[in-house]
Amino acid sequence: MPVDETVNPVEPFLRSDRMPHIWCPGCGIGTTVNCFARALIESKIDLQSLALVSGIGCTGRVAGYVKLDSFHTTHGRAIPFATGLKLANPKLNVVVYSGDGDLAAIGGNHLIHAARRNIDLKVICVNNLIYAMTGGQTAPTTPGHATTSTNPYGTFEPAFNLPHLVEAAGAVYIARWTTFHVRQLARSMSEAFSKKGFSFIEVISPCPTLYQRRNKMGDGLDTMKYYKEKSKTRHGAPTNEVGLTLNGEIVVGKFVDRDRPDYEAMMRGQYVEALGDRYVECGEMVCS
Amino acid sequence: MKADPRGVLTGVHFIDGDHACCEGALAAGARFAAGYPITPSTEVVERFASRVPTVGGTFIQMEDELAASIALQGAVWGGAKAFTVTSGPGFSLMMEHIGYAAMTETPCVFVNVQRGGPSTGLPTLPAQADMMQARWGSHGDYEVIALCPNSPQECFDLTIKAFNLAEEFRVPVMFMMDEVVGHMTEKVVIPAADEIEVVPRKHTHKSTKEYLPYQTNGNPVPEMAHAGEGYNFHVTGLTHDERGYPNMTPQTQDKLVRRLQSKVRAATDRIAMFEEEHLGDAEVAVVSYGITSRVAQRAVDLARQRGVKVGKLRLITAWPFPENKIKEVASRVKALVVPELNLGQMVREVERAAGGQAKTFAVSHAGGGVHDPQEILRVIEEANQCR
Amino acid sequence: MLIIITFSSGRLPFLKGDPVAKGTVHIVVERCKACGFCVEFCPTHVLALSSAFNSKGYHPPHVIHPENCSGCDLCGMYCPDFAIYSKKVNTGGGK
Repeated sequence: MPVDETVNPVEPFLRSDRMPHIWCPGCGIGTTVNCFARALIESKIDLQSLALVSGIGCTGRVAGYVKLDSFHTTHGRAIPFATGLKLANPKLNVVVYSGDGDLAAIGGNHLIHAARRNIDLKVICVNNLIYAMTGGQTAPTTPGHATTSTNPYGTFEPAFNLPHLVEAAGAVYIARWTTFHVRQLARSMSEAFSKKGFSFIEVISPCPTLYQRRNKMGDGLDTMKYYKEKSKTRHGAPTNEVGLTLNGEIVVGKFVDRDRPDYEAMMRGQYVEALGDRYVECGEMVCS
Repeated sequence: MKADPRGVLTGVHFIDGDHACCEGALAAGARFAAGYPITPSTEVVERFASRVPTVGGTFIQMEDELAASIALQGAVWGGAKAFTVTSGPGFSLMMEHIGYAAMTETPCVFVNVQRGGPSTGLPTLPAQADMMQARWGSHGDYEVIALCPNSPQECFDLTIKAFNLAEEFRVPVMFMMDEVVGHMTEKVVIPAADEIEVVPRKHTHKSTKEYLPYQTNGNPVPEMAHAGEGYNFHVTGLTHDERGYPNMTPQTQDKLVRRLQSKVRAATDRIAMFEEEHLGDAEVAVVSYGITSRVAQRAVDLARQRGVKVGKLRLITAWPFPENKIKEVASRVKALVVPELNLGQMVREVERAAGGQAKTFAVSHAGGGVHDPQEILRVIEEANQCR
Repeated sequence: MLIIITFSSGRLPFLKGDPVAKGTVHIVVERCKACGFCVEFCPTHVLALSSAFNSKGYHPPHVIHPENCSGCDLCGMYCPDFAIYSKKVNTGGGK
């Protein structure tokens, strides 16, 4: 797509006929979409080869707003859908764009297994620390003591530290930024596009309507200022040290960038070893 | 279109229903399967896993049935013909994605080798107790197609048919086997590839600018595009308009859901497959499907030997329910006898379709085995007494 | 139809040392939800929230110091509503 100097750089990637979007004032999801668009431009990725898969929730609506082949699937199942899509047409670049509740709770099992397989998916997890679309219920990422609609006296379950989880499961690229870190986030997305294997980018994002409001943390802008003040960039930080707390420091940066064979390479290797010439590599499966 | 010869194992085989189903899928052009192990269905994907790398395709064992039943739909939108295989508890887990396939009009096949339930029930023993679940299991209004094979040969033939119907109507097709049919070994004849008709994907010929993913233009089944072709289309499980965009109004809902239903219902008589015998002079008709039809055959033969004017109607298509056929048979006989491996599922549909023209008798069985032909015979004789 | 309001001093320097507009800001007023991200994070403080309303009742930003805009597009990257962006201005001469 040629860059037109007279329009917003994000505009060519949007279904403009669907604007304005449903996200609340001060929500950070739109900001992550800007970074995504910049990453697409910077990485010069072939847009026709790009498919975007979302689950359900506020972030799940990204699929409906981007002008790409885009799939708004069922709750939690963006990753397995994307797995099938990628395996049927390995030439596709498949991005999974979804929220923390979708990816880490109902879809948690798929998240760890996709990382274990090292299937070539770029997962962008917008983490607003809450179930937003359904009205502010506790997520597996909600920090301890936060108030939610289902923990009105404060949460007490320990939260998932997502970078640590996906590192243990096998992801090859793991970064975390907040919606304040727009340039860094765009760069990480761009890096992930050039990486073969399971990449995971966590973006901490404000939910002023259901998380910040209920926890008396102000609005989206206050949250962005908090991110600016309390974030600490530590590239390569051990992921067991990057867990989030209610009001504490947010460690951001690129935590993991390593190489191991991806699912398709391992599959091909095994079949060639076992079957030799009898192996018929599946290219694009087009049933005319 | 003729079958791709690479997937067709032409010849005479002695294989079980599960393996025959796998060969049917390969012959139909299926090049992607996602599965999760579950008795008594696993042999289908075990064979697929062994065969498909030499044919040019992929099998992936997913982490659960939820994943399997959506991975296959991702593969379909990536361009493949795809299916999954499961049984009882796994089928229950797949329900949401059957609804997703119906809503997004994703052509695919769900094979359910039925076993006894509820819950874990009888993992290694047969039942036909998922027949209503196959039709109604996902939430909301939708239609599916369901086929019931009664032999390994039919597991082969009808699996091809299942894929063809899925492509023609863009619906999920339920392939309702059972443990006995799945594990029964018989002769299966696989014809040459050029003798196998395969329905290709209803792919759009429109340009990327003209194409609207859910535009129907007279034919209620829209044309499809695949990811990576430049169409930049959107697919959602939300109520959507012709552009595929979410549009949550009662008007859009009405238009969409009525079309999803009518594209199958209006074709009921064309989709209906059945087999009949001795119905010409029959006063009693035995209506059965799947493995039970083979036991019913014995009961019909015994009853005929005793001079009872009994005929047989075997449903090969269970859904959409072949109402008109039942209505027609009910108008000619005084009683309908419906044996099935459940406590009364399809019998209700038979009774409804008969509309009081003939009396309906259920021959229920809780599953775990097949009927004793004598039980069916007894009910045939009882039905023959009514007036 | 998008209505985009563009702000730029849009002139070349008269005298050596005169401030030059290095960027232009474009605002899609109707998309704005007044989160204030652009105003807060503009490195050269070009913007302020306007006292005017858009049709949804939000106060969109307006430009108070067009001469300061560097065209860095940080406003565009922050804006969650795709309602603002800035571009570098070609000041003539070379590229």
